[in-house]
Amino acid sequence: MLKQLRPALVMIVALTAITGLAYPLAMTGVAGALFPHQASGSLIVENGTVVGSELIGQNFTDQRYFHGRPSVTLGPDPADPSKTTTVPYNAVNSMGSNAGPGNAAMIERVKADLERLKAENPSQPVPIDLVTTTGSGLDPHISPEAALFQAPRVAKARGISEDQLKGLIAEHTQGRILGVLGEPVVNVLALNRALDATAN
Amino acid sequence: MTLNGWIQILIFCGIVILLVRPLGGYMTRVYTGERTFLGFLLAPFERLLYRVAGTNEREEQHWTTYVGAMLAFNLLGFLVLYLLQRFQAGLPFNPAGMAAVPQELSFNTAVSFVTNTNWQNYGGESTMSYLVQMAGLTVQNFVSAATGMALAVALIRGFARASSKSIGNFWVDLTRSTLYVLLPLCVVLTLVYVFLGVPQTLGAYVDATTLEGGKQTIAVGPVASQLAIKMLGTNGGGFFNANSAHPFENPDALTNLIQMVSIFAIGAALTNVFGRMVGDQRQGWAILAAMGVLFIAGVLFAYWAEASGNPLMHALGLEGGNMEGKEVRFGIAMSALFAVITTAASCGAVNALHDSFTALGGMIPLINMELGEVIVGGVGAGLYGILLFVVVAIFVSGLMVGRTPEYLGKKIEAKEVKMAMLALLSLPLAMLGFTAISVVMPSAVASIANQGPHGFSEILYAYTSAAANNGSALGGLTGNTPWYNITLGIAMLMGRFLIIIPALAIAGSLAAKKTVPVSLGTFPTNGGLFVGLLVGVILIVGGLTFLPALALGPIAEHLAILSGQSF
Repeated sequence: MLKQLRPALVMIVALTAITGLAYPLAMTGVAGALFPHQASGSLIVENGTVVGSELIGQNFTDQRYFHGRPSVTLGPDPADPSKTTTVPYNAVNSMGSNAGPGNAAMIERVKADLERLKAENPSQPVPIDLVTTTGSGLDPHISPEAALFQAPRVAKARGISEDQLKGLIAEHTQGRILGVLGEPVVNVLALNRALDATAN
Repeated sequence: MTLNGWIQILIFCGIVILLVRPLGGYMTRVYTGERTFLGFLLAPFERLLYRVAGTNEREEQHWTTYVGAMLAFNLLGFLVLYLLQRFQAGLPFNPAGMAAVPQELSFNTAVSFVTNTNWQNYGGESTMSYLVQMAGLTVQNFVSAATGMALAVALIRGFARASSKSIGNFWVDLTRSTLYVLLPLCVVLTLVYVFLGVPQTLGAYVDATTLEGGKQTIAVGPVASQLAIKMLGTNGGGFFNANSAHPFENPDALTNLIQMVSIFAIGAALTNVFGRMVGDQRQGWAILAAMGVLFIAGVLFAYWAEASGNPLMHALGLEGGNMEGKEVRFGIAMSALFAVITTAASCGAVNALHDSFTALGGMIPLINMELGEVIVGGVGAGLYGILLFVVVAIFVSGLMVGRTPEYLGKKIEAKEVKMAMLALLSLPLAMLGFTAISVVMPSAVASIANQGPHGFSEILYAYTSAAANNGSALGGLTGNTPWYNITLGIAMLMGRFLIIIPALAIAGSLAAKKTVPVSLGTFPTNGGLFVGLLVGVILIVGGLTFLPALALGPIAEHLAILSGQSF
């Protein structure tokens, strides 16, 4: 093994230089030149300030907005920064609930969310993605059903017609890629930005 | 289950099968030293590297030398990665100001990446500097994969050669795997990923003002370059904590498909390299067929379980499959398929939380790993893993007819069977042994996140994943404790080196043997009967060992949930 020390040393140094420095740095340069928008995180900039990323979900609680899925990402507690608490859609600490299928606390959480949503819109069944947590904690999407489910609430809070909202939802529904891959989705941030734009 | 779901699964299988021959042909040329289209660019550099290293591409090694070279390289790689983490605070490329990683965690992470496991007891975006992610983790993503490929090729040479003292040169196999196979593919994949939305930047995390006026800090980084090798090298260690569930690490269903194909591409193509090098491609297809049978069975079962959903949620009036911990853009089919692929291969990347899978849906990843990840498997690791099962299967068939077993013209004798069994037994020892100790230690049990049988599954999954060098987790388990950091590290080492070394011993022993001519009594190993026998041996040897543990975990949990019980 000792005789192999020299090649081992040379190889680790050379391969670190190639795969660990040259490769990512060159890729950063090329990607930044070819696709600067995506390479820096698909950021949405409005009047010089970053309002978010096209790909990252945001925490919406206002009745005038469509809401994303429940997120259980943790972050520092605003009341006491030495502790952590649930800070939904914390994009520096992606995580999910890790609740098993028989987790009693999860079932209680789903029950509570269901009751709230049923009160909000008693006329439609609650879509399952609105009461289950996102795996990354940052899911930017909801299903088209979940968007339509929220339309009556948003219409009421904004004082606009449900039909107008349904049109907006249809406009922001992305179908399956190439017609087969994935599921149809609505990007909540894009939808809400469009909502704000029509209001102005 | 939907028609659309099935079409997606078929598309995936189709692409992988189409890639087997071209990629297998290219890799065969690389490993046999023939000219390739990248040669004009890489060959001069390659020769320079060998000269500085003091080796030579024509200088072949005995299997013990090959093992020594591999161990020296891995040990050194471990030390570099360990030290990089310990000193990251004072090193460049650290815009988020990450502090030094603690000792046990650095040990666990270094072992994890050197063994191609990529178990992560840390969240990437909250622990590691860009330097560690690139010069530490990305490097090991490449070279641990290249090590696996080198070993697989060495074992193939054992089968292909006759009366030979040597099985190749580790340094040459390592270099060629990295420079000719992994790196060019990664360059292309990185650019595709960035085009589709994956970030690749050295800039600091971005502060955004949300629509509701709140503050959101968005972690970015050189993600795409690490993602490309993470999937292709079946490493699976995420740049972000949420791994390929994170929208930056897997923006849409198309990147998801590319990632899934990347996991299987090299492993599947290696069966073709095997076929070509032993002179009969059907030998490779037979092995891939056995893998395929087990894979399809797993996908069927997992997709069915996840699409059936959670009875406890249905009792509340909800409809549909199990969406807890999944992402809407992937849906049920792509999440279940990803989970089966990532554990069939030793990747361990996840696009949904395995911890939140249904009891039965989550059992398939567990079984895949317990079978030793021989269903395509880790790059290289899957092939040498299944060849160990082939040795046992051939031995069993020999016993049935009372004839000295042969495979590819080589007599399989006591030494080979002993070595194969040593390797195959080391897995359950690490998986079940450490689980048994942990479940009676109150301090280890305190780490579980879900009560009842699911808690047992979390611990079993951790050691299974570690020993199988997979790296996926039932993430609820708090693994970042001294006990888990150290014992999981040991399990990873056992699962890697107690398989590699016996496999190379077999390679050395077979290479030295003479070839026996084919006769009427030779058992054909390129047909359906052999495929059936191999599948049977994998299920009996691998499956029966773990049945009691599965009964205590996922099966008990499933029955409890069916009767309406929660924990």
